[in-house]
Amino acid sequence: MAFKKLINSKTILSFFAAFMLFGTNLLMAQTTPGATGAGEDANQVNWTGVAYYVLLFFLICLGIAAVGKILKIYDLSLKIQGKKGLKWNNVMGVICLVFLLAGLYGAYWSFTVQGSMTLPEAASVHGVKVDEMFTLTTVLTMFVFFVTQILLFGFLFKYRHSDKRRAHFLPHDNTIEKIWTIVPAVVLTILVVFGFFTWQSIMDTQQVKGDINIDITGHQFAWELRYPGKDGKLGPKNFKLTTASNKLGVDFTKKSSFDDLSADTMYLPVNKAIRLNIEAQDVIHSVYMPHFRVQLNAVPGLPTFFKFTPTITTAQMRSRLNDPTFEYLVYCNKICGGGHYNMQKVVRVVTEAEYQTWLLHQKPYLTDGLRKELHFAAAEPQKTVSQNRLALNN
Amino acid sequence: MSTVAVHDHGVAHHDEHGHEHHHNETFVSKYIFSMDHKMIGKQFLITGITMAVIAMILSILFRIQLAYPDKTFPLLTTLLGHFAPNGRISTEFYLSLVTIHGTIMVFFVLTAGLSGTFANLLIPLQIGARDMASPFMNMLSYWFFFLASVVMLSSFFVQSGPASGGWTIYPPLSALPKAMPGSGEGMTLWLISMVLFVASSLMGGINYVSTILNMRTKGMDLWKMPLTIWALFLTAVLGILAFPVLVAGVVLLIFDRSFGTSFYLSDIVLNGVQQPYEGGSPILFQHLFWFLGHPEVYIVIMPAMGISSEIMSVNSRKPIFGYHAMVYSLIGITVLSFIVWGHHMFVTGMNPFLGGVFMITTLIIAVPSAVKTFNWLATLWRGNIRFTPAMLFAIGMVSFFISGGLTGIFLGNAALDINLHDTYFVVAHFHLVMGSAAIFGMLAGVYHWFPKMFGRLMDEKLGYLHFWLTFIGAYLVFFPMHFMGLDGVPRRYYAFTEFASMQKWLTINTFITWAAIMAALAQVAFLYNFVVSIFAGKKTTQNPWESNTLEWTTPVEHLHGNWPGEIPTVYRWPYDYSKPGAEEDFIPQTVPFSQTMSSNLPHDFEDNPAGLAELNRFKSTLKAEEKVK
Repeated sequence: MAFKKLINSKTILSFFAAFMLFGTNLLMAQTTPGATGAGEDANQVNWTGVAYYVLLFFLICLGIAAVGKILKIYDLSLKIQGKKGLKWNNVMGVICLVFLLAGLYGAYWSFTVQGSMTLPEAASVHGVKVDEMFTLTTVLTMFVFFVTQILLFGFLFKYRHSDKRRAHFLPHDNTIEKIWTIVPAVVLTILVVFGFFTWQSIMDTQQVKGDINIDITGHQFAWELRYPGKDGKLGPKNFKLTTASNKLGVDFTKKSSFDDLSADTMYLPVNKAIRLNIEAQDVIHSVYMPHFRVQLNAVPGLPTFFKFTPTITTAQMRSRLNDPTFEYLVYCNKICGGGHYNMQKVVRVVTEAEYQTWLLHQKPYLTDGLRKELHFAAAEPQKTVSQNRLALNN
Repeated sequence: MSTVAVHDHGVAHHDEHGHEHHHNETFVSKYIFSMDHKMIGKQFLITGITMAVIAMILSILFRIQLAYPDKTFPLLTTLLGHFAPNGRISTEFYLSLVTIHGTIMVFFVLTAGLSGTFANLLIPLQIGARDMASPFMNMLSYWFFFLASVVMLSSFFVQSGPASGGWTIYPPLSALPKAMPGSGEGMTLWLISMVLFVASSLMGGINYVSTILNMRTKGMDLWKMPLTIWALFLTAVLGILAFPVLVAGVVLLIFDRSFGTSFYLSDIVLNGVQQPYEGGSPILFQHLFWFLGHPEVYIVIMPAMGISSEIMSVNSRKPIFGYHAMVYSLIGITVLSFIVWGHHMFVTGMNPFLGGVFMITTLIIAVPSAVKTFNWLATLWRGNIRFTPAMLFAIGMVSFFISGGLTGIFLGNAALDINLHDTYFVVAHFHLVMGSAAIFGMLAGVYHWFPKMFGRLMDEKLGYLHFWLTFIGAYLVFFPMHFMGLDGVPRRYYAFTEFASMQKWLTINTFITWAAIMAALAQVAFLYNFVVSIFAGKKTTQNPWESNTLEWTTPVEHLHGNWPGEIPTVYRWPYDYSKPGAEEDFIPQTVPFSQTMSSNLPHDFEDNPAGLAELNRFKSTLKAEEKVK
């Protein structure tokens, strides 16, 4: 009762009117300076303003209220004629069936149209295994998905309320309960066993020999790449050695540090085992290379690595996808701050020959600036060693 | 023995308050610092709904950013000030929105709002108790929760903005105030709020457990409790065991932030400046967080499961199928939920062998979940289904639980998680299986027990409208997200504009945003219905849904102590619906078997030989009478 009064109250109405005007004015005031001169633009903005949408919403509400009233009157008139009122149980049962059919079509549409927009085939050796696992899981779960949803909404339609019927008293049935405990258990065991061995074969890669070490370090908001020089070894790092010109804190007391190279793009030779050494400097990042089914977090203070073997070159993938601009990417997949959404690097998979040529053109990590900072001339590594030891002893 | 003692207490209580229970109630003691479990339940509910609306508005704000990354909305600057300069939400504030949306929804709505409301309302009413074991602690639990909510929301009024490291607040991002603005004062407030929240949750949980274990009415043994009570009981146990670990994690984080310790920090160079931290491990925080975090998702979903089980049984006019299996699967989920937390950390650099172990435990937990789903389906089979709004929401809960649960089998598999971790596939998965499913369980409970709470009925037609718009809206929002995830689109991205490969998802983002706006506006139907029905809804009868459980034997008008006379005695389980031979299609728990001779089954007397003999005698006389005829 009190609510009806509230809704009918003139004060509320005038408040509403004031709000509408205010909303429109606000928008006008805000947009006019920003609009690029033409009066047309301002008008357009005005029409799609907030007040317009609020008004639209109220109109919809009014429409719904009107439909509700009509239904109520129809229901009452049925009852006056001595018939039973609208059978809402039947209405809902039918809507459930309609929802089931529309939902099935929607799911099918989504699978075909949006499903075809997903990642292309895996471009790495282990990625193929991951994809097989994925297909197996999809087939099993989608079977269950369709069967259970059809049963759920089918039952709702079929067993909708009727005054003539009584429900079937069935408190339990041990046989059937055993079946649907054991069957999922068996299916899941299969998935677990496959998954476990796939996972182990991907991650337990200590014994893989002959990999190319690449250092990838995340910081807000970019990746730094470091390739080993001729010795094939990366110099060790220590975060305490970090300076403006020694961004990664490479330890130049070790010989292996001197020929390290820094790179802007991640070039990978095809069909060669790659070992990505992953670390972060400030907060957690995540090295995510979805085309290769590679992901591992980059954690400050916890160096990790991921071994994989790319199998499809960028050029091959471009022709397969018929997309001349296609690039493999590495990007950040762990919230790391305001620039998280744009922390990417291009990855190019190339032939061995192209890789070697590219490698020749990369700049050494030990830049002239860094040499100066470390106080040594190009040919005097001995001196630096003592210098840095002193620094370390501090 | 304990039940007898409680019973006696009840009688004494009745003598004191029965006839003049209004004698010393003031506005403050009745509506604000109330110690009546029913009022506290309503306080939790209304605070929970308020928080849910706020969190929903936050989600619409960031959805607008995702749908229109290139457009400007001057109104946003008017509303949000420097958080949205030039009509666009800033990158940092976008992350704040995501963070606070998640935090509020998970903790304030689906933990406190759901468990708090229904545990408080239903536990004393359904087990036959006058009130909670400790009404005062119960009141404190609400006010700590309220305080936590206020502190959490107050972070929007801090210059540097609310916490923005994601609801999982992984350090070092959350530990270093210079790493992002939200890690400053906003993060401090977040941590304070969570400590208060956990205190509230523990006080509530201890109360729920002790009430259920000690204060059941005569005849209410554990196997006669409704599934709602089982679910709320196990949820409370989970909360008591898991939440303190979060406090431990949070306190260490406070130390790292404010007192210069290095529990979670090591080897950090921030913006080119070396930080003095050494020897800590960011992974440690993740272990502590997810040791709570994973049980937390079951804290969220189990009450929804219990509520849905009860509502589906009542409205299909059928006993819940496999009551014992339902209870054992809840127990199974409770136990297993403590040993699966590592599946959130497969790609954090944790030892891969550990990942394998967590994968096994994770996929095992799917078995009890599957059993529950099949039992719900079997409950509907050959039922006589009444579509009340509560029933529809319970069904929606089952549908979401299936859809979202199945994608959990992908994510629980470490090998598949490599590529799916932290993508939109995860977003779709948990929004369906714990977000939508749990909120639908909560809404089902609101519609079902609204008459018990407010003595009036909600409007059914508006309920139907609310259900269908929300149900369809949720599927439209979350279904396409699976495919974005399968394309390697990461979550918590401010815009997809920087990646050529992600731009094809922009149109779908716009579509999702409009579906979300539709679903959000549908909540207006609920809010209107809820508020108006409190004051002007149709008056309810004592047992509007023809239900068996004890709460419907209390009078419609609330009184402190629940039952005007003696607390009724319980004789049977709560699911005797449509029993063959019974006059009506429901037999309340308070009806003794001696009054229902025609419908008794030998199964009802498994541990009662005297009763069985009685039944056999009754049957033989029936036969004899037939022969005479």
